[in-house]
Amino acid sequence: MILALSATAIVIVVLLWEVLMPHVDEYLDRRRARRARVPGGYDYDPGRERRAEQRARSLLKSCVNEEEWAMYRDLGFIRVWGKASSDGVEYAYLVYPHKPVVAYLPQTGVLLNEYCVEFPDETRPYGSARLPDSDDVLAKWMALTGDERRLIANANMHLIGRQVDPKQVRRDLWRLAQWERQRLREERAEGVA
Amino acid sequence: MKPGHGEVVIAEGDPEIAEDERELVEAFRRQLDQGLWAAVPLENRTGKREAQMVKSFDEIPRDAERVIFFPRAAGGAR
Repeated sequence: MILALSATAIVIVVLLWEVLMPHVDEYLDRRRARRARVPGGYDYDPGRERRAEQRARSLLKSCVNEEEWAMYRDLGFIRVWGKASSDGVEYAYLVYPHKPVVAYLPQTGVLLNEYCVEFPDETRPYGSARLPDSDDVLAKWMALTGDERRLIANANMHLIGRQVDPKQVRRDLWRLAQWERQRLREERAEGVA
Repeated sequence: MKPGHGEVVIAEGDPEIAEDERELVEAFRRQLDQGLWAAVPLENRTGKREAQMVKSFDEIPRDAERVIFFPRAAGGAR
């Protein structure tokens, strides 16, 4: 009797093991992934990166227009007006950190293209070729306002949706419109006061 | 601009002083030889801020406060 019960118990344990083992494995893998260092492969120091980003923000603020700085601070991107149109149609770019530059028509909100461009520093002073976020935005701003055609010629052009989510961009355009209205209201109120 | 650091001052000086100017020219050339792009942030006639890309020291406006060097653009993810 005991032998039969023991055998049954062993069979149950083995069956449970077979059923549960994949789930246990998956759980352990997920736990390991969560604990893994995300920017692996180089000497990543979050404190250093944060200080670098603070310096980059100061530099960006000192270079761009007051409105552009406020836009970046509040919304996380900068709008740069295009200058290269031959037919007089007004267009602009949304400049995000470490994301493609998005071209669009401000009058209609139609999204035109995304221009994938990077500014890799191959000397990799700390193991990474990636500039701080605000430096990336400033590099795009300088290249767009200084020599738009050269930047666009260096970029890989794609239709919208390759890397950026069109819904997100439309939401950002809506946020930008709200933000501009708010600023206008505040400026008028200050003018009255 | 440097990854992991942000802004780094490379050289400072008054271009009106010959010795300073020589050092500034050398520093400028070194950066361009490393393949960096150079830009001068300035205000245009309408008061709007923009950048002027410069490829030689002579192109830098005499009243420029600074020149910013940054890695040249490359096409991103294909």
